Amino acid sequence: MDLIRIMNVKKTYKTGITAIYDMNLSIERGEFVFIIGSTGCGKSTLIKMLYREEKPTSGKILVGGLDVAKIRNGKVYKIRRKIGVVFQDYQLLPNSTAYENVAFALEVLGLPKSEIHGKVMKVLDLVGLKNKAKQYPNHLSGGEQQRVAIARAIVNGPKILICDEPTGNLDPKTSMEIMEVLEAINKLGTTIIMVTHDIDIVKKMQKRTVLLDSGRIVKDFKAGEYKDESN
Amino acid sequence: MKAIRILNRNIRDSFKSVFRNFSLSLASISCITITLIVMAVATVLSFNVNNFTKIIEKNVTIVAFLDVDITKEEIDEVYDKIIALDNIEKENVEFIDKMDISKDMMESSEKFEGIMKDWTREDSPIQDTYQVKVTDINLIDKTADEIKQIEHVDIVKYGEGMVEQLVSVFDIIRKGTIIAVVALIIVTAFLIANTIKITIISRKKEIEIMRLVGASNINIKLPFIVEGLILGVIGSIIPIIMTIYGYTALYEHLDGKLFSEFIKLIVPTPFVYYVSLLLIGIGMIVGMFGSARAVKKYLKI
Repeated sequence: MDLIRIMNVKKTYKTGITAIYDMNLSIERGEFVFIIGSTGCGKSTLIKMLYREEKPTSGKILVGGLDVAKIRNGKVYKIRRKIGVVFQDYQLLPNSTAYENVAFALEVLGLPKSEIHGKVMKVLDLVGLKNKAKQYPNHLSGGEQQRVAIARAIVNGPKILICDEPTGNLDPKTSMEIMEVLEAINKLGTTIIMVTHDIDIVKKMQKRTVLLDSGRIVKDFKAGEYKDESN
Repeated sequence: MKAIRILNRNIRDSFKSVFRNFSLSLASISCITITLIVMAVATVLSFNVNNFTKIIEKNVTIVAFLDVDITKEEIDEVYDKIIALDNIEKENVEFIDKMDISKDMMESSEKFEGIMKDWTREDSPIQDTYQVKVTDINLIDKTADEIKQIEHVDIVKYGEGMVEQLVSVFDIIRKGTIIAVVALIIVTAFLIANTIKITIISRKKEIEIMRLVGASNINIKLPFIVEGLILGVIGSIIPIIMTIYGYTALYEHLDGKLFSEFIKLIVPTPFVYYVSLLLIGIGMIVGMFGSARAVKKYLKI
């Protein structure tokens, strides 16, 4: 069965603007999917609906068999524990160290300290920041901050990792390093959905790529099929 | 275990937050302090007024003067009729013989002795009396009237006017303090809501991240509620100290009575401790209520 299934989804905001028109999309377990398209094409709305930051106006969104749209506000945290999210601006707590930022995700879930330590050090090792655990975010480079954010997103062992332009603030070289980290995480079995503007990355990675335009899926390239069509 | 760990973390965060926004916390704490001081004064006043009313009730007596030429049988009849009334302490109806009265008067002064020594029961102008105590002082005028209606009762006296005035003044004091306290509690709750709102805004990022990583709603809300509670408890410290030491000092200074032997103050122990418990309880409730309001309004989860 597909891990994520979007069926006839439409999203109209209260302002009257429709961001997504009648969308159908399936994503399998373990896939790595890019979502691309120009600004305002509905990419952000699409992924926000996946982690239930937004609700579809109509249609169904199944994540792991669960209809996300039907989850009551008070129960949203249940789906959030299955999905890790990474943003362009990292969203780290400035007054906490890299270690504390990652540990925070486990602390709020009430894990014991001993267990937290093991898990945090393991993911920091995975993203290559084991030796910077005690640094504060403003002492880390952009790429390193994004790694901390990724570590925080996956420390809880989510099935899905959603990345909203994770390389948007990074130079090409650092961006590729982040992509290597994401690819490593994907190889461990986590499904990754990444929204990006960076066509170079999409070309280099050659993963499944969904192209959106004005709230509709224009093309769904299979892995290895994507060529730059913008020009 | 898990719940305790989460709770521990929440309480730690709440304390941090109180000190992080210290100037704002201080504003809320001061407001709670002022409210609770007024509350303490009002409570002490109200309980004492209640106490006064009780003392008055215990001591106010209706004196029924019987006809001068009343016979022994008629005296007993009047007794039966008084006993039959509603608002009467039945065991406290006391007959005072006119001969006893004149005897007392003769003992108190030689002048009286000269006049009264030859009086017999029949020619004495002094009247026999019944002294009656009432159960509800608010109905004293009605009861006095009823006694007056009884045959062979000549005049009824109970310090009319003075008693009613005292009771109504006490009533006004009680109502006035209640209104002041309720108004202050509402204002304080709003102020606390405002403090918590600022805390919520200052911790917006942290809250967003908490939501993102799957913290449950109660887990996000609890630190703010606990923070309100802490503000309430801190705010009640000064009022409690003032109540305990202030009232005890006042009691000792006034020697336990107000204006006269008649109006006695409530003994400080354990009274001040009950009032303190009430103050801390109200501080906590107002604190929690204020923050719960802010959480509901500004957290939107």
